[in-house]
Parts: sequence; C-alpha cells; structure tokens
Amino acid sequence: MDSDQKAPSQPKFLRTFLDVLLNENLWRAIAVQVVAVLLAVLIGAIILIVSGANPLEAYAALLRGSFGTPTALGRTLEKATPLIFSGLAVAFAFKAGMFNIGAQGQLLFGAITAAFLGFTIHGLPAFIHIPLALIGGAVAGGLFGIIPGALKAYRGVHEVITTIMLNYIAINITDYLADGPWKDTSPGNVVARTPVIDPAAAIGRLGPVPIGFIIAIVMALIVWWLLQKTTVGFEIRMVGLNPDASRYAGIKVARTLILTMVISAILAGIGGAIETQGVVGRFQPGFNTGLGFDGITVAMLGKTHPFGTIPAAILVGAMKAGSSEMQFASGVAKEITDVIQALILFFVAADVIIRSLLRMRAVGGEEVKLSSGWGKQ
Amino acid sequence: MQNSMTTYSPWTRFFLRSRGTLIGGVGLIAIILFFYIWLPVETVAVLNATVRLSTPLVLGAMCGLMGERAAVINIGIEGQMLMSAFIAFLFNVWTDNLPLSVLMGVLTGALMGLLLAFMAVTLKIDQIIGGTVINILAVGLTGYFYATGLTVERGLGPIIIPGLSEIPLIGPVLFKNPPITYTAIILVFVIHYVLFYTKWGLRTRAVGEHPRAADTVGINVYKMRYVNVILGGALAGLAGAFLTLEAVGSFERNMTNGRGFIALACMIFGRWTPLGSWGAALFFALFTALATQISFMFGNTINIPHQAFGILPYLFTIIVLAGMGKRVRSPAADGVPYIKE
Repeated sequence: MDSDQKAPSQPKFLRTFLDVLLNENLWRAIAVQVVAVLLAVLIGAIILIVSGANPLEAYAALLRGSFGTPTALGRTLEKATPLIFSGLAVAFAFKAGMFNIGAQGQLLFGAITAAFLGFTIHGLPAFIHIPLALIGGAVAGGLFGIIPGALKAYRGVHEVITTIMLNYIAINITDYLADGPWKDTSPGNVVARTPVIDPAAAIGRLGPVPIGFIIAIVMALIVWWLLQKTTVGFEIRMVGLNPDASRYAGIKVARTLILTMVISAILAGIGGAIETQGVVGRFQPGFNTGLGFDGITVAMLGKTHPFGTIPAAILVGAMKAGSSEMQFASGVAKEITDVIQALILFFVAADVIIRSLLRMRAVGGEEVKLSSGWGKQ
Repeated sequence: MQNSMTTYSPWTRFFLRSRGTLIGGVGLIAIILFFYIWLPVETVAVLNATVRLSTPLVLGAMCGLMGERAAVINIGIEGQMLMSAFIAFLFNVWTDNLPLSVLMGVLTGALMGLLLAFMAVTLKIDQIIGGTVINILAVGLTGYFYATGLTVERGLGPIIIPGLSEIPLIGPVLFKNPPITYTAIILVFVIHYVLFYTKWGLRTRAVGEHPRAADTVGINVYKMRYVNVILGGALAGLAGAFLTLEAVGSFERNMTNGRGFIALACMIFGRWTPLGSWGAALFFALFTALATQISFMFGNTINIPHQAFGILPYLFTIIVLAGMGKRVRSPAADGVPYIKE
C-alpha cells in the first residue's frame, strides 16, 4: 500500500514482495507465533521438571539434534519437506472450505508411484527420470483426490468421511503392492518393501540442504501465486468464503470443489514422491506414517497461509529431527515434543491470550474460519 | 426436504429420512437369517464381533454429535479416547478396581471435553484447531508417561443375562456382552430420547441451530455448550475405557488407531442422530467383522490378499454414501463461536 508511493518505478514483483514484507500485520502475526512457541516451551519445561527430568539438558539436546550441526540442520529440513507438502495440501483445501484429512493416503499413493517409476525404469538421464517420477507421484495423488472431490461435488458426500476411509484404502493397497507384485525380491529380503529406485531418480542435496526442500519452497510460492493472482485461485477462495454467493456469481462450485481437492491431493502426492526419491529411496509401508496427519498441524500453525506452512513445517520437522538426540542424550521420552507441539498450536490459535499479554490489537483481513465448511456442500 | 423438516414429528422425520436405511435393514435381517440357518456358528461369531467392534465407534460418534448438536465441532474424539484409555488402564494397574478404573476413564474424557469447551466456547479458538490440539496432546502425554511392562490382573468380562441369553441367535449376540457394550446400546436410546423428547434436548438443538434466538428466550448458550461437550467427552472416555478394560486389556501407544476419526465419520454418516450413528457404527463394524471372518475361512484356500478384505468396510461405507447421495446437513451454527451481545 505505502510502497506504491515510495517506489513507483520499481518492477511489479518487487513491489508485491515489499508489500508483503512491510506489512505491519505480518510482523504482529510473527510476534504472536514467537511468544506462542516460548510459552509452549516453558510449559513443556514445567512438565519435564515435574516428571523428574532436566529441561535445560533436554532442550539443549533437542536444539543440538535439530540445528546444531550441518547434518542436523539437513535432517531437520529433510523432515520438514514432506510436512510442507502435506501442510500445503490441507491448507489449500481449507481455502475452498474443505477439510482434507486424506493427505496421508494421497501421500502414500504418490510415494509408491514414484518408487514404481524409480525401480522399473532404468537408463534414463536424471534430468528426465527425477521429474518423471515426481510427476507420476503427483498424478497418482491427484487421481486419488478426484474421488472425494467428485463425491462431494455431485453426491454431497462429506469429504471428511471419504478422505478418512480412503486413507485406510490407500494403506491397504500400498501394503499389498509392496508385499505382492512390487515386492523387493532381492535375496534375503523378507519385509514388505519395493526395490531401491534407480540412482537417476534419486533427489540429492545441495550441501546440507535437501533439494526436495527447495522444491517444497518453490511449490509454496506457486500455491500462493495460484491462490492470490489467478482467477482459479479467486474462485477457490470465493467458494471457501461463501459457496452460495459464489454460485449466484456464476462460479461453477462443483467444478471448483473437485479442482481444489485434486490440487490438494497433487500437493500431497508430490510430498510422498519426494519422500521416496529424496529420503527413503524405495517405498516401505510404515515409513510415511503420520506425515499426512501432521499436515493438519502444520497447516494450522501456518494459519493456512502457503508461506506460513514453511516455518511451521521447519518447527515440527526440527522437533522430529532433534527428538531422537534428546531421548538418547537426556533420557527424556521423545513424545514430549508432541506435547510441546500441541501447546504451540494452542497458543497460536488462542492468540487472544498472547495479544492481551503483548497489548496488541486483533489482526484484521480476510480470514476463512476452518470450521466454516464443516456441514456445507 | 425443507418442508418435511418443519412439519413432521422427529420419529416420522426419522422414518422419512431413512427409508433407504430401513429397507436395507429388512433386507439385512433376511440375509442374517439365511446365513444363520446355513452357517450358525460363523454367523453368531460375526454378529458378536460386530456388536463388540461397534461399541467404541457408537460411543465416539455420540460424543461428536452431542457437541455438534450444541454447535461445537469435535475432531478431538480420537485424543479424548486415547487419553481416557490410558488413564483407565493406569487405574486398573494401580488399584485393580475395575469400576473405579472405568469411572476414571469417563472422568478423564469429561475433563478433555471441558478443555475443548474452554477452547471453543470461552477462548473462541477455531474448533478444528481445538480438536487437533487435543489429539496431539493426547498422543504426546500418553506416550510420554507410558512405561512398558505394566500389567493388569483382569479386564471386564461378559455379563450373561439369564434367560434372554438362551434365545437362539439374539441371545449370544446381544445378551452375552461385557458391561460397557450394554451401556453403549442403552445410551443410544437414552440420548435419542433426551435429544428429541426433552426440554434439555430442545434447548441443545436450539443452541446448535440458532444461538441468538435461544439466547433471546433466555437459554444460557455458553452453559448448554459446556455441558454438552463435557458429557460428550465422558462418552469418548467410556469408549477409551472400553478399549483398555474390555477389548484389549492393556495399553499400547496410539492404540485408538483412528477409531475416533471413524467415529466422526459414523456421526456424519448417521446424520448427526444417535440412532443413525449407531446404524453407521454397526454397518462399519459388520463389514470389518465379515472381512476378518472371510479372510479367516478362505484366506488359505483361495488366493486373495488379506488387504482386499481389509479394504471392504471402508469401500462399502463410501459406496453406500455415494449411493444414498442425499445432502447431509449439520446443525446450522456448527463451528461458529457465540458472542453474547
């Protein structure tokens, strides 16, 4: 707003960027998040003291294991990568007022499809094989997203039911594939898993930073652009804010709902593909458990903003990465990080408490209530 | 649809709304009788498992609908169940007093309900986030305080009702169950009655549909929401106690294993009604039990992967819902915090 007068000659993208950066509300929101994290850590410390552990020692180990060394930092970013995708998936569906609990299943399909394309095809150069497997994962996830989208749009079936049920269906199908037709038949293998993917399909690292993480950030930018700068994005947000008004305004609500669910599922699918190509190196049942559900946490911590999912995913990823070190070094069970995560989410959501602590006014602006789409069509 | 909602009594409305379900029900009874004559032992086993498996689902679903009828969305059923399962288990380990353990499980659920109500009603946090907080908190706290190697002396066994349990088919299925299973079935009817035939139920629904109007006629919106969510939590607590005291007999990390979410699906499937939720829970449990039984009987003789059976309950739920294809409608004010003027 102000930057229009300050720098009229700057290129448009820079102005947009400055708008975002100079936005006072953004910094207020960040202050609230930081205080929320501090409060959660404080309460976590109280629980640790009560249960007889040393919180300083535990937190030091947690920090060491998540940011202490380049390796630790790389592990944190590696853990954060699929969470950015599942967080984006959940956040994106929320924009149209839909609750995608099925990111888990979509992610599994993405992961196993990328593994399949990775281990069956050999001899392709990496610059073709990597995107091929990624797109395969995206398509598999997206196809899986058509089901809840279409059932909601045309049959009025609540997407919460279908996505929950489809999660279990995805778990069964991928279990079957990894233990049946696509099983790793190398000598000595008894567990259910696919063969290792061709090295040409593997996504590597730039120094300590996994390339998958960079793809995730680019994807967050694309999602933001799609939502804020395109007609489709406008229609999606419009349907999320008021489906009836959208219908009268001539937006094809059914089509928009399906499209939203498919894009959401594509995001989850890519997350699964990157997990296979960048971390696990194959598909193995149980290795991706919970990543989709963590997406709900990440989306909410990030206030369902595409950019918000990045720090949120890094925070959750850091706790995942550092918790083993903490458990090893200080003997504190790693589930305490779940407690801290829940508390962070609580304080971020209950910003009334923190705002009154910081004597801050409420942040205004367009805000979709997450629960507003619950019973709507 | 709109007309039928305003002019008919709840019972008529229920029949009108669920014609399909009722026709299906009659067909189902015919099929059950056919199978009972053909394979009596297996049929009883499947139906028994159905009743048992449906218990935590129907309790969880009723936890959800008590909240949502008063316009508080509860996606934290999973966490409420898990936490209560853990506390009930701990008390069973410490005291070996089963009634006390059940009570502590129920109280834990009620406390989790209080937490949700505090977040949703007083703090006016988005209710989806409130539920997620409860889910993660429960995983964290139970995981953190869980110590392996705790053992219990005993769990809740079946209570055989004399006389009734002698009836063929119905006796062994309905009247040889453990106490929480009986309680769950009774609660379905109690909550149905309370919700649709008492002043309390009318007020609850008023608060869920149009809180401003309810407030205007002197109903305490906040109190109604608090009490309903807390009572709902107690039901989830009973479901948790069922898991550790009646079904499994011990506690494992994350042992609810998605049941709270399936209960949520049952509630929506059952259109926010106790009887509907019960039907949905039985439907889901029946297909789970059938899948297990079929895989047990034929798993070795015909070469079908066990995952194909594992998919059945989920697949059928989706197919049935897609086939019914009616728009479901949640209480009008669902998820909206009430701000008193």
